[in-house]
Amino acid sequence: MTPTDPATAAPAPTAPHPHMAAQVRWRTVEYVFWLATLLPFVVAPDYLALASQIAITALFALSLDLILGYAGIVSLGHAAFFGFGAYAAGLVSKWGWGEPLSGLLIAGLAAGLLGYLMSFVIARFRHLALIMITLGFGLLLLEAANSASGLTGGADGLQGVKMWPVLGLFKFDLYGFTAYWYALIVLFVFFLMARRLINSPFGLSLRGIRENPVRMRAIGAESGPHIRKIYTIAAFMAGVAGAVLTQTTETVSLGVLDFQRSADILVILILGGAGRLYGGLIGAIIYMIARDWFSGVNPQYWYFPIGVLLIAVVLFLPNGMLGGIAQLIDTVRGRRWFGWLTSPPPWLRSGSKP
Amino acid sequence: MSPVLETRGLDKSFGSLAVARNIGIALPRGVRYALIGPNGAGKTTLINLMTGMLHPDGGQIMLDGEDITALGPEERVRRGLVRTFQINSLFPHLNPLEAVTLTICERERIARTWWRPTSDYRAAIDEAYGILDSLMLGPVCTRETRELPYGQQRLLEIALALATRPKVLLLDEPAAGVPREESSELFTAITSLSQDITVLFIEHDMELVFRLASRIIVMVGGGILLEGTPEEISADPRVREVYLGGAHG
Amino acid sequence: MMTSLLGVLFDGFAYGMLLFLLSVGLSVTLGMMNFVNLAHCTFGMIGGYATVTLMNAWGWPFLATLPVAFIAAAMISVVFERTMFRRLYRASDLDQCLLTIGLVFVSVATAAFIYGTIQQPVQLPGYLRGSVHIGGVTLGVYRVFLIVFALAVSGLLVAALEFTRFGAQVRAAVDNQRMARGLGINVDGAFAITFALGSGLAGLGGALAIDIVGLDPSFALAYLVYVLIVVACGGLGSIGGTFAAAVLLGISDMAGKYYFPAIGSFMIYFVMISLLMWRPSGIFGRR
Repeated sequence: MTPTDPATAAPAPTAPHPHMAAQVRWRTVEYVFWLATLLPFVVAPDYLALASQIAITALFALSLDLILGYAGIVSLGHAAFFGFGAYAAGLVSKWGWGEPLSGLLIAGLAAGLLGYLMSFVIARFRHLALIMITLGFGLLLLEAANSASGLTGGADGLQGVKMWPVLGLFKFDLYGFTAYWYALIVLFVFFLMARRLINSPFGLSLRGIRENPVRMRAIGAESGPHIRKIYTIAAFMAGVAGAVLTQTTETVSLGVLDFQRSADILVILILGGAGRLYGGLIGAIIYMIARDWFSGVNPQYWYFPIGVLLIAVVLFLPNGMLGGIAQLIDTVRGRRWFGWLTSPPPWLRSGSKP
Repeated sequence: MSPVLETRGLDKSFGSLAVARNIGIALPRGVRYALIGPNGAGKTTLINLMTGMLHPDGGQIMLDGEDITALGPEERVRRGLVRTFQINSLFPHLNPLEAVTLTICERERIARTWWRPTSDYRAAIDEAYGILDSLMLGPVCTRETRELPYGQQRLLEIALALATRPKVLLLDEPAAGVPREESSELFTAITSLSQDITVLFIEHDMELVFRLASRIIVMVGGGILLEGTPEEISADPRVREVYLGGAHG
Repeated sequence: MMTSLLGVLFDGFAYGMLLFLLSVGLSVTLGMMNFVNLAHCTFGMIGGYATVTLMNAWGWPFLATLPVAFIAAAMISVVFERTMFRRLYRASDLDQCLLTIGLVFVSVATAAFIYGTIQQPVQLPGYLRGSVHIGGVTLGVYRVFLIVFALAVSGLLVAALEFTRFGAQVRAAVDNQRMARGLGINVDGAFAITFALGSGLAGLGGALAIDIVGLDPSFALAYLVYVLIVVACGGLGSIGGTFAAAVLLGISDMAGKYYFPAIGSFMIYFVMISLLMWRPSGIFGRR
């Protein structure tokens, strides 16, 4: 059965080319998912503001997924880039340039540059030192924004952000109609980019770094340049997410840089399932809708179910909720319909230390 | 014929414990070397020194006549000095096809590409499959590494090393932990390696050592005791002393 | 100028002692098991609320509540350790982070539910209030008490580690866990006890902190950052390092807020990041 000429005689289950090509191909569920993102226009026009918040959060989660889920770099300070982009977009507009798309690009580039500088530090550390440095960096930026109140408005927030219509045609309206499709298109574009990236040789190398950095060296691969590159890309994306928030709400508050935001996005990604592209999106949808639901209660109570969920995910659902549900369905049906969701399977638990 | 890999006066100590003492070896191209010695003799340390995982306190390492002592591990691999690990060091959630393709992409420096899908690089995938197939891993190449039986994981260790196109291959106990009945595949694989590749392997099973190696290096206490053909080694009284008398020393 | 400097040094030192009590347990347990416990300050908060409850609801004297704060934090920590933490000793840093952040969230919400989000009042006994004047410098009596108390506790801790059989086992386990196991030391047992002691000290710190920094449900999260900074800068598993880092941080935080109020907290993170980049394993770290 062992083929001698892989190009012509490989049997179906192990055929290398179809196997690799299958990873890139779009699945029906994915088409359904993206079509479903249009539903809010029809079924919930009153909730378009929430829908655009979800799209922004999803983009932010996607950017964290690239570094955490794929390259295995833990960050407790990812809000730094989100907030930097948010302020950059706000300032550009305040200084008189309210064109949204170029503002988005400028904010992304600013956050990307910050990420690029930071990546030289990130690539040098792992484990506790990395957690501490990302945490400290996030707090540092928050304090900096707080201190530089002349520039950022400090605790009062940045006032005077005024956006021009998108492409000169579509004004940001009160109902959040423009805001939602604007945020959704930005999310979709970056999702396509991320999807492309993780299926590339570069994406494969990132997974290699996540799985075994020591072995990467022993096959002649330098992890440093890869880590710097993905960190910069992720910072760019986070910055764009922050910029969309600024542009659609026409205000920036210190909250964009809060530790809480870094922790929330980590929770969202983990609950949804890290390292599987849709995890952050699903996590963002569930998290944001649930929080909107409970917005009436004391915000500190809100962290009770979140905490319980986090504990449960770590102890019982290493694939996140998405993976857990998929596994459940597969077990009940006795088929591997959702195998692509659970694969790559739980790496979070297995990254054991010596 | 000039040696492809050579060490000159390598020294290394941890605190007061000397783990490598004045190690000088010269491996000609294509020769199968076995590195033997009791536990703690410094065999793995020597591999770590040669591959750059450890920095020597003194001495030089030459590959193809060039001094590589100052180079990092990645650069040494790129120049053809490659190792495997005594304890599996693989990519548990990648399948063998992905892992070997990854290695080839890194070697060909296409791993920076993030805009084209991996599946477009048909030559790299073909080469990866070819390597896996030659090591009898073809049928399992799309199963996740962590699901593979231990013996096949050991083969994948070698496959990853081969995908870097090594000149010198350092195998650290390639059969460690593999049951006797499964190890034959492993040794067929080692025997059938290209004759252009110089192989140095650490092994405890003397039967295998004598079957596979054309020359043997014996290490004791961080230094080289002697080097010779299998016949010379088996006839040498000092080797018997080390292996049989070690318990009293 | 001179007196204000001395005053800042004194206040900073007292603050540092508080940070030391809150952090030392985390430092030792991190050094021993490499377990990233972000819920450490939750135990401090438990101690704080134990004291508040006993004093305000049952009228206990302040000093009598301190042992209870210690025991309450220690006992609850053992429950956590036995049921959850121990399952993750070999898991990734991220998993440990997530589980313990989850615990922090739960504890913050629970505290908010039971006690509300307001600052808890605490009425110190008369002999701990007021201040004394020595050489023109005004020293708060409570802060003097805090310093003496914390120094006594650290002395006791060091003595216990240096001169008892249990201390020797703990030191061996921090130094080289595998070797310690090989020597037949019950590392898991030693760890459980150390963990309880460390959490108990945090509980004590939480109780003592009420009068200085206040107590509300966000305590578990707000002081986590300071504690992590102390531990990371002091070096894992090093009591001396933790002490030095706590004092240094306490004084520089006070001085920063006193002399440069605009960039006070900014400086601390800056110092921490530069320090970690210079020595990733801390000032006194070995790894």
